[in-house]
Amino acid sequence: MGRTAGVAAASETGLWAEHHHHDAMSTRTLGFWLYMLSDAMIFAGLFASYAVLSHHYNAAGGPTIRDIVHPFYAYAETLMILTSVLAYGWVMVALKAGNRNGVLIGLALAFALGAVFVGLEAHEFSGLLHQGIDAERSGYLSAFYALVMTHGIHMVFGLLWIATMFAQVASQGFTDKTVYRLLNLKMFWHFQAVIWVLVFTFVYMRGVL
Amino acid sequence: MVHVQGPWSPLLGRLSMGAIPDNPIITGAFIFAAIFGVLALAYVTYARKWVYLWREWLTTVDHKKIGVMYILIGLVMLFRGFIDALMMRTQQLLGDGLHSAGYLGATHGYLVPYHFDQVYSAHGTIMILFAATPILVGIMNIIVPLQIGARDMAFPYLNALGLWLTTVGAALIMLSLFLGDFSHAGWIGLTPLTELAYSPGVGTDYWMWSIQIASVGTTLGAANLIATIIKMRAPGMTWSRLPIFTWTALSTNIIALTSFPVLAVALGLLGADRYFGTHFFTAGMGGNLMLYSNLFWIWGHPEVYFVILPAFGMMSEIIPTFSEKALFGYITMVAASFAIAGVSWAVWLHHFFTMGAGPDVNTFFSIATMMVGIPTGVKVFNWAFTIYRGRSRFDTPMMWALGALFMLLLGGLTGMMLAMPPINYSVHNSVFVVAHFHTMLMVVVYGILGAVSYWFPKVFGFKLNERLGKRFFWYFTAGTVLVFIPMYASGFMGMTRRLDYLSNPHLFPFEVAEELGIGLYLVSVYYFVAQLFVSVRDRNKYPVGADAWGTGRTLEWITPSPVPFYNFAVTPRTHARDELVWRREQGLEHVSVKHYEDILMPKNTAVPLIIGALTLALGFGLVWRIWWLTDLSFAAIIVTVILRSFVKDTDYTVGGKEVAGIEKGLQARMKGAQASGLPSGGVGGLRPQESNS
Repeated sequence: MGRTAGVAAASETGLWAEHHHHDAMSTRTLGFWLYMLSDAMIFAGLFASYAVLSHHYNAAGGPTIRDIVHPFYAYAETLMILTSVLAYGWVMVALKAGNRNGVLIGLALAFALGAVFVGLEAHEFSGLLHQGIDAERSGYLSAFYALVMTHGIHMVFGLLWIATMFAQVASQGFTDKTVYRLLNLKMFWHFQAVIWVLVFTFVYMRGVL
Repeated sequence: MVHVQGPWSPLLGRLSMGAIPDNPIITGAFIFAAIFGVLALAYVTYARKWVYLWREWLTTVDHKKIGVMYILIGLVMLFRGFIDALMMRTQQLLGDGLHSAGYLGATHGYLVPYHFDQVYSAHGTIMILFAATPILVGIMNIIVPLQIGARDMAFPYLNALGLWLTTVGAALIMLSLFLGDFSHAGWIGLTPLTELAYSPGVGTDYWMWSIQIASVGTTLGAANLIATIIKMRAPGMTWSRLPIFTWTALSTNIIALTSFPVLAVALGLLGADRYFGTHFFTAGMGGNLMLYSNLFWIWGHPEVYFVILPAFGMMSEIIPTFSEKALFGYITMVAASFAIAGVSWAVWLHHFFTMGAGPDVNTFFSIATMMVGIPTGVKVFNWAFTIYRGRSRFDTPMMWALGALFMLLLGGLTGMMLAMPPINYSVHNSVFVVAHFHTMLMVVVYGILGAVSYWFPKVFGFKLNERLGKRFFWYFTAGTVLVFIPMYASGFMGMTRRLDYLSNPHLFPFEVAEELGIGLYLVSVYYFVAQLFVSVRDRNKYPVGADAWGTGRTLEWITPSPVPFYNFAVTPRTHARDELVWRREQGLEHVSVKHYEDILMPKNTAVPLIIGALTLALGFGLVWRIWWLTDLSFAAIIVTVILRSFVKDTDYTVGGKEVAGIEKGLQARMKGAQASGLPSGGVGGLRPQESNS
């Protein structure tokens, strides 16, 4: 490129970009996708550990998956988490319509269903613990509890987040900050459902088959 | 919750007066640290700098200041890790042969085995995770936004949080020196040695939690840098114009974002074993020892490339600048960076070929490992061809870059040897391996030291002293050669690693050479400190212009030095891969901004610092099993995060007039500096082949 051509190009577009702004909303959405990638790697590590520790000798003579999964819990928990995600879908529809009360009702519903999921899981585990089936029994059970409870802990933090968003939307309405948080929470909540589907398939379903 | 040996009380956990070590070396270190700490605090108080420190540094969200603090932490830890190395070398020199004398309670040498084991564990942990990683993260933090024409990182608040979490990790390691002990199971934490049954003390917990907490910071920082590179580029900064250092920063942070969570899993499961009594990695009850090694190295090997790729990027910036020629093979350089990042995921098993996974598995990982040589070779040739027929100048940064090139050749070729399982079986766990990976890490260190002297004038507005910098380089290089070349030889002679006592007297000459080498390192540390001191003292003698080296190529050399807090008064438009070269060739180098406009900047905040302090309490409570402290600090962290999310007002506007005033001041300061910023090599006015268009 010759000198004159360059000067011409520069005078057309300018050397400096005045009034240049970045789209904060899309940056934050990307940032949250990246966070979820790292979270997915945590679950990948846990699933891999579960697979490695699923051999019969990892049970150390103790209970295996056949002895611990209960179809009722798996079914009910799946139902709860999927309807909770559905309720959050309603939050998104209401957000698009600018319907503040709709968002609040959807958040409350998603919270309630998610809380029932956590309650069911806690009930399931306390039943197992009563039978002496705890994480200290064998390497296999350690992996089982680590995987399922990491998902459960994610659910608890999700509930905390939903409650916070309820308070924020109720007090501040739809600002840039609350809206991108609602969008990120949507991804987070859906992601937990996806992980649950994998847990259901690889732990519960494969266990009883 | 498992029961631990020894006393425990609800108020103080396992903490008691017995936790204070009774050892003259540690007492000496404590006195040294205490004197420096008191002097530093006294200076800050005397100079009335507390408000300045709080306002300008502790609560800052400015990516340059955060980067500088990352580098400072890294340098302090580098010094600590170096002292560990000095202790190890001296122990192996003194504890050599059956009749070697023993001091301070040791049978041979001056360190009892348990103490020696802690020293090498601390050395490895510190050098990888608390020296190399923070310095690299710091340099990426400073340079990447400048190279892509951004005002700050995508998430400035998160950036500060990452810094303070890394600081907490470093603080926990330093604390372990004076309160309790450190892990004795190697920086990789070999299982089942790290299990509670074999490591009942707090040492392993210090090691585990300091890494775990700092890793959260690194993961957050990685997401931040990736988002910054994807979303914050200035107009015209297309992917094919992205400076090569930014490309390597992108590839390396993709590695970090995906690999550090696996480390979190490995350490988390180990923590479950140590705190809840689970059986992930125990020797019985259905545990699997090698699961830990696999998980650890699935992180560990990508981590190796996480530290080396930015160093490659630094070399790729320094070499063209001082060859006054465009980087040879830009596209292959980018492709090679991503090829290395990709392959890094498929080679972890070569750290334990001797696991005995069978010929098929070992063959796969052997070939995958050798494949790393292809993109790396591409890079080496690209650098060589960049220098070829260029106008080479040998300023200090160029010396470091060339040194890195030679280290890469040596380390890379010995790496090829180790990639072959038959050779690997015979030298496994020998100091040959130690010499190999230290040569590779020297690429990183050389890259870092080159980058520090290269970009120092950009950040601070004056150059580092060249004469002392070159001495630093030569003493450092002589030390490197003298320590690690004999180590290759003694490794081949069968010397295994981590020995506190050498039974073979034939190894003595090698130990003497290595001790001399570490002495040269000590001299080089003196010259580094002297270089910093003299340069800061004479800072007004060597001020630089925007383009500190006179032959800068990329966007960061367009904005004034030192860089104002908003980076660019007006966001620059990019027209070419080497924008500054393009502007220079078009005669547009000195065209400045006509209209200054208002700039929106993030506000300072103390919240990341507060979360850091609470995390330190959490980590301390976890190490000493003080449950009220862990519960309280964890709850406080959650409450702080939630409360912060209710703050609406997080940005402020800098007026256009104010920006104009700052720019005027910077321009006036740089006026007298132009002369010292000119290139010293080649013929002025004649720069053939400089451009890549």
